[in-house]
Amino acid sequence: MMNITTAGVSLIQASVLTDEALLDQLQCAAFDYFLKTVNPLNGLVADTSRDNSPVSIAVVGFALASYPVAVERGWIERADAAQRSLAALRFFRDSDQSGSPTATGFKGFYYHFLDHRTGARVWRSELSMIDTALLIAGALTASMYFTADTTDEIALRGLVDFLYRRIDWRWAQNDGDTIRQGWKPECGFLHYGWEGYSEAILLYVLAMGSPTHPIVGDCYKAWTATYQWENLYNYDYLYAGPLFMHHFSHAWIDFRGIRDRFMREKRSDYFENSRRAVYIHREYAQRNPHEFAGYDENCWGLSACDGPSDEQPGVSNETRRLFGYAARGVPYGPDDGTVSPASVLASLPFAPEIVLDTVRSMIARYPEMLRDGRLSSSFNPTLTDANKCAWVSAGHFGLDQGIVLMMIENHRTERIWQLMRGCPIIRNGLHNAGFRGGWLQAPPVDGAS
Amino acid sequence: MSLQNNASIIPPQHADERERLADVPPATWENPKPADRYHLVIVGAGAAGRTAAEMAATLGAKVALIEHRLIGAGRLNAGSVIPSKTIIRTSRLYAEMRDAKRYGAQIPGDIRVDFAAVMERVRRIRTHLSGGDSVRRLTAAGVDMFFGEVRFTGTDTLTVDGEKLRFKKAMIATGARADSSAIPGLTEAGYLTNENVFELTELPRRLLVIGGGPLACELAQAFCRLGAQTTIVQDLPLFLGGEERDAAQILSDAFARDGIEVRLNTSVVAVRVEDGQKLVDLVSDDYKYTIAVDAIFISIGRSPNVEGLNLEAAGVDYDASAGIRADDFLRTSNPHIYAAGDVSLKDKYTHTATASARIVVHNALLRGRERLSALVIPWCTFTDPEIAHVGLYVREANRQSIPIKTFTIPMHEVDRAVTDSEDGGFVKIHVRERTDQILGATIVAHHAGDMINEITLAMVAGIGLRTLARVIHAYPTQAEAIKKAADAYNRTRLTPRIESRLHRWFSW
Repeated sequence: MMNITTAGVSLIQASVLTDEALLDQLQCAAFDYFLKTVNPLNGLVADTSRDNSPVSIAVVGFALASYPVAVERGWIERADAAQRSLAALRFFRDSDQSGSPTATGFKGFYYHFLDHRTGARVWRSELSMIDTALLIAGALTASMYFTADTTDEIALRGLVDFLYRRIDWRWAQNDGDTIRQGWKPECGFLHYGWEGYSEAILLYVLAMGSPTHPIVGDCYKAWTATYQWENLYNYDYLYAGPLFMHHFSHAWIDFRGIRDRFMREKRSDYFENSRRAVYIHREYAQRNPHEFAGYDENCWGLSACDGPSDEQPGVSNETRRLFGYAARGVPYGPDDGTVSPASVLASLPFAPEIVLDTVRSMIARYPEMLRDGRLSSSFNPTLTDANKCAWVSAGHFGLDQGIVLMMIENHRTERIWQLMRGCPIIRNGLHNAGFRGGWLQAPPVDGAS
Repeated sequence: MSLQNNASIIPPQHADERERLADVPPATWENPKPADRYHLVIVGAGAAGRTAAEMAATLGAKVALIEHRLIGAGRLNAGSVIPSKTIIRTSRLYAEMRDAKRYGAQIPGDIRVDFAAVMERVRRIRTHLSGGDSVRRLTAAGVDMFFGEVRFTGTDTLTVDGEKLRFKKAMIATGARADSSAIPGLTEAGYLTNENVFELTELPRRLLVIGGGPLACELAQAFCRLGAQTTIVQDLPLFLGGEERDAAQILSDAFARDGIEVRLNTSVVAVRVEDGQKLVDLVSDDYKYTIAVDAIFISIGRSPNVEGLNLEAAGVDYDASAGIRADDFLRTSNPHIYAAGDVSLKDKYTHTATASARIVVHNALLRGRERLSALVIPWCTFTDPEIAHVGLYVREANRQSIPIKTFTIPMHEVDRAVTDSEDGGFVKIHVRERTDQILGATIVAHHAGDMINEITLAMVAGIGLRTLARVIHAYPTQAEAIKKAADAYNRTRLTPRIESRLHRWFSW
């Protein structure tokens, strides 16, 4: 395994590196996050690099999807990657599924945040449907990659199959039209359902691909009935405010050329939709309605990310409202001048012609937001310190690093997309959701079982 | 509720109030001798009843209008629409004073709220505007005005305090009243509703608003801006459940900016009084906590006034929660009896009530065939920003498989909104996909209530976005956002083929 802990791009390097080299370094540094924050005993990965951070099950999903990339790029050995994956998968198989307040999961789903050491629920977090979907998507990626007839890889595939089949998606409907967002042992299902386009398309595809507990009725149709097709800044697109909503499902599913009923009617597809969303975010920053510092054609990207808050030292005299960790979005905000560089880099497959220039420009103008060669969760050029440096989120967030790693890989080699094209669960789910055309028409290629 | 439990509520004794109350159910009133048979008997003298009475009398019909003494919401001049809008204006003024720096102005040195003066203005304006609805005016128009307890005695007869009235047609417009709540301890602790909140003479220091509908939102913001430490509790994830998500989200943000404690997805489970303050137990998912307040305003819905009318004798079907069942022509299960306004309509707005009353007069007296469903009815929640809507929502269109597309103009794109530092919000106009036919619109803006009327006019007149794009709007005005949406539509008409032709045209 290469020593990637010293990898990482610096300001000086960034300006002279080729695009490929720059992406390689940013991707490698993103992967380094997982190595640094994983508990090797149970394969669980921390939500952030900050002290005492709990585990986020979604970040574990991104880690599982990242190991195959790391193997292919020579950053870790295949056996090592398989072992890391197995550790996590075995943990989830053996975890407490009683749904008690200190368990790990229930009905095949898992609590959003877990203890790094024991894997028990922390922060009274909710049993999270979308985060379980991201976890299981990562597990499916592993099962599509580790296809050798070795003891470890056979075991791995068996574990993933067990974990996926155990998830009771139908229960998560709670007899309603759409999937609920969460459940707590203290109060049952949360009030929130999925409304409007979002990253939940992955959740629905996985829930419709299940041979054991698929969602029933017109669940997907009911969800898409909440879509809003809008013309904003002269772009027609399926509206969702934060950029990450246009990314997360696309990390696993290649939406180019495949269309469900909604997109057939709109003569578009979800990939093209994300491309337009990226341009809309750039357009918003250029118009900069709230006159924040830094916003322009090469500094944009509002998404769910960390941000300054009124409670933090150094910003207490700030009169404008600050939102801390929030799902920032375009065009209605919330917007406090904080941008998410990871959301820009994760837009790479959709609009490389503007993303690369923006990433280079952001690094050049705000080098302080690059730490250990990794993009910080966010920075805010409107809030500067005594040295005129932008406010920068402390540490790193696993979701940022995971989506960056996967989207760079899809841009460079389409590796994850190719793997998941062969996944029968994904194919079935897409088919059941009404997706047709494109690569779905062709028989699955290698990797498909 | 028990007024005694609210020390801050003082029964109205003001001169304006005496005038208003004296004008409405006069103490010495004597009902007229009933005519042999009326063309139209109207039960309930609220907005719908008064509109129908005046219209029918103008047509020359013999009309009786009956106000039921026991029905609160239907009485003349009651209601919260005018008072709430009056107090909102004052509260906006205070908000602007505190926000003066945003406009490059100095914040006045001593911003004090004289709540008694605020409420005196509310009552004065209410009295002024109620003048046109007085009994004198109605009787002068030829309406036989009755006060008393109404009971139907047959399919074409009813009694008012025992006096029999015969009718060819009747209209029931008894309105609706604020829902009571089953929250344990709330009745004992005392609470305010839209029916008595405007009688307050002292501003509660700490106010809890229960509910997330238009009135709850308007009141919470107004009282917060007047200086009450305000908490609003809503058991759903967003305010204004019927409105679109972005509108509700912008409202939540505006509340937070105003300093309102927003408690969404939260239920009130119990209320008790200790040391003169009301302790309210709240629960949000699994999180339970208690807050202390001085007053509680509740607005969790309205129930139709259907009890005590002996509707069974008239053969009129009704439901205790949904109200009187009427068809699209507003006819009840008794073909001679119609229903209008809040007692039967899902959308309980004053302008909807009056529009339905006009339909009833046409259909009942002139053999008309006007349909309620044909009305294009806008509505507005008068928060800051205002939230106005007309026509279809996107989710309704999607459910009906109507292809729909939205043209969105954020208010930050509108010069006048920027000059006025009122650039939060948007204009969204929904059209049938690949046409310019307007299906609906939502506007979130400082003056959304005024702006929505242009869209309503366009929908009623069958004007599409292409035509709206040709309408010159005075510059700079916030309504220019509508023109911008129409312009955006026009730009989508530039198909690649047309663009190619234009390119060739200009290629010399």
